[in-house]
Amino acid sequence: MQRYSGFGLVKHALSHHEHWQKVWRSPEPKKEYDVIIVGGGGHGLATAYYLAKEHGITNIAVIEKGWLGGGNTARNTTIVRSNYLWDESAALYEHSMKLWEGLSQDLNYNVMFSQRGVLNLGHTLQDMRDIQRRVNANRLQGIDGEVLDTQQVQDLVPAMDCSASTRYPVLGASWQPRGGVARHDAVAWGFARGADSLGVDLIQQTEVTGFRKQDGAIVGVETSRGFIGAKRVGVVTAGNSGVMAEKAGFRLPLESHPLQALVSEPLKPILDTVVMSNHVHGYVSQSDKGDLVIGAGIDGYVGYGQRGSYPTIEHTVQAIIELFPIFSRVRMNRQWGGIVDTCPDACPIISKTPVKGLFFNCGWGTGGFKATPGSGNIFAWTLAKGRAHPLAEPFAYDRFNSGKLIDEHGAAGVAH
Amino acid sequence: MMHIFCPYCGELREEEEFHAKGQAHIERPIEPEACSDAEWGDYLFFRNNPRGIHHELWIHAVGCRKYFNITRHTVTYEILETYRMGEQPGITAETLAAEQLAQSAAASAASSTTQQTGDARP
Ligand SMILES: Cc1cc2nc3c(=O)[nH]c(=O)nc-3n(C[C@H](O)[C@H](O)[C@H](O)COP(=O)(O)OP(=O)(O)OC[C@H]3O[C@@H](n4cnc5c(N)ncnc54)[C@H](O)[C@@H]3O)c2cc1C
Ligand SMILES: [Zn+2]
Repeated sequence: MQRYSGFGLVKHALSHHEHWQKVWRSPEPKKEYDVIIVGGGGHGLATAYYLAKEHGITNIAVIEKGWLGGGNTARNTTIVRSNYLWDESAALYEHSMKLWEGLSQDLNYNVMFSQRGVLNLGHTLQDMRDIQRRVNANRLQGIDGEVLDTQQVQDLVPAMDCSASTRYPVLGASWQPRGGVARHDAVAWGFARGADSLGVDLIQQTEVTGFRKQDGAIVGVETSRGFIGAKRVGVVTAGNSGVMAEKAGFRLPLESHPLQALVSEPLKPILDTVVMSNHVHGYVSQSDKGDLVIGAGIDGYVGYGQRGSYPTIEHTVQAIIELFPIFSRVRMNRQWGGIVDTCPDACPIISKTPVKGLFFNCGWGTGGFKATPGSGNIFAWTLAKGRAHPLAEPFAYDRFNSGKLIDEHGAAGVAH
Repeated sequence: MMHIFCPYCGELREEEEFHAKGQAHIERPIEPEACSDAEWGDYLFFRNNPRGIHHELWIHAVGCRKYFNITRHTVTYEILETYRMGEQPGITAETLAAEQLAQSAAASAASSTTQQTGDARP
């Protein structure tokens, strides 16, 4: 792999940037692999990368039905934070946060991770009590967090209306300074390039249509380009995971919902942090390009349409305008939807399954982008050893029958 | 924007008047204490999540405030029918598949009668 550097940039400028190496190969699928990853989103690509890098398993294929990182990885609003309430999930997201902090160096690819801080606003006394509880929990978990009052929030975000006269006045916020945003596509591409250079075959435009089993164990996958054998299979297909589980012969407690986002025309810098509000239900940040990146809630019904409903978007925009009246005349550029796999307790499923050798990593729902490196890292461990990584253990799929749920609806609230 | 026919109001109304409440026709086990953990967990948490025909419960939240059922396609979002509580769907994935089969059989029968020649098998 050709390493990227400032020197390389100058060198290639001399030949008009016409001789850059291809970022990854487009190999023909082999007959058999040690591990097949189904789904070439950020999580699947990260899994392949860490399998090759940390576990020395390089006979791997990532099979993607569309193009790499074209699913929720390409559609999300890129908020990264780790201030979840319960120890199990906080540990999971903090593991990811630590990997984010060294990711660009590790991948030799600029993922533009920007720790500009994340605010979760409180608008009622109950909101503020919940925020206090969560920040206290985070501090005990070793995760940074502060409770801010109205004035401190106003100082951080001068453009926001923090006056007492609004319908839902800002009473304060939780503040995680290490939180922030990253460049979604770069995350997928960086992991893809890293995995490819370690020998992983990235196979695009190939859909996995079924699983082949022998005596209750996986032996490979049926694809739109024929059968491909594998000793182990990891399925990382986000919104399509319920459908994939059915093909494998079992059920998962997932429901797939459309979640949408929108971006404005580019503006001069006006917002240098991430503002989220569970209560009025909206969140916003400003990308490096200058567009406001605005997120909405999910549509209430099961849907695979990859578009969101108008009532939901209207509701979100209302919330954003209430917080930032100054944005009321900004024009919106684009709007889109992704399909998120929501789990009853708003936590992921990283687990073995009733089929031996078949593992699922799904249920990240509205908030899995922040987990991309951590999820890939522990799922790689799980696939390499054939049992759950200690951080993944609490996220087994049988928790819905044992009752040991990890209820993150509070911290996951508005999603993300 | 979906337009939904409320079977109680007898009118098409805008999506915003309604709330989706998840999968329809889920029955609470008659004797919860007699359920195994697996059965109880399935009842509480496991839902159908198809790409295709879905029977779901909705409430006409700012209208008559009554619950009713919808048969809807989860990719096209086409609403195939709405029906009252206690009623069963008239359209299911199975009836649609059977209908399609019948249609294609009729189509190939029609083409084989017009095409008399050759060894085209239906
Ligand atoms: C609008 C929106 C905003 C969001 N905002 C945030 C946020 O701010 N912060 C945050 O942390 N998270 C956010 N999320 C959630 C986050 O995007 C996801 O949890 C995360 O990206 C999931 O990553 P993934 O790699 O598992 O999924 P994906 O990127 O969706 O990858 C799954 C891949 O599997 C492929 N696939 C599916 N079926 C098959 C098959 N049969 N064969 C082959 N390939 C298949 C798909 O084509 C897809 O590329 C948001 C999501 C949306 C939709
Ligand atoms: Zn009605």
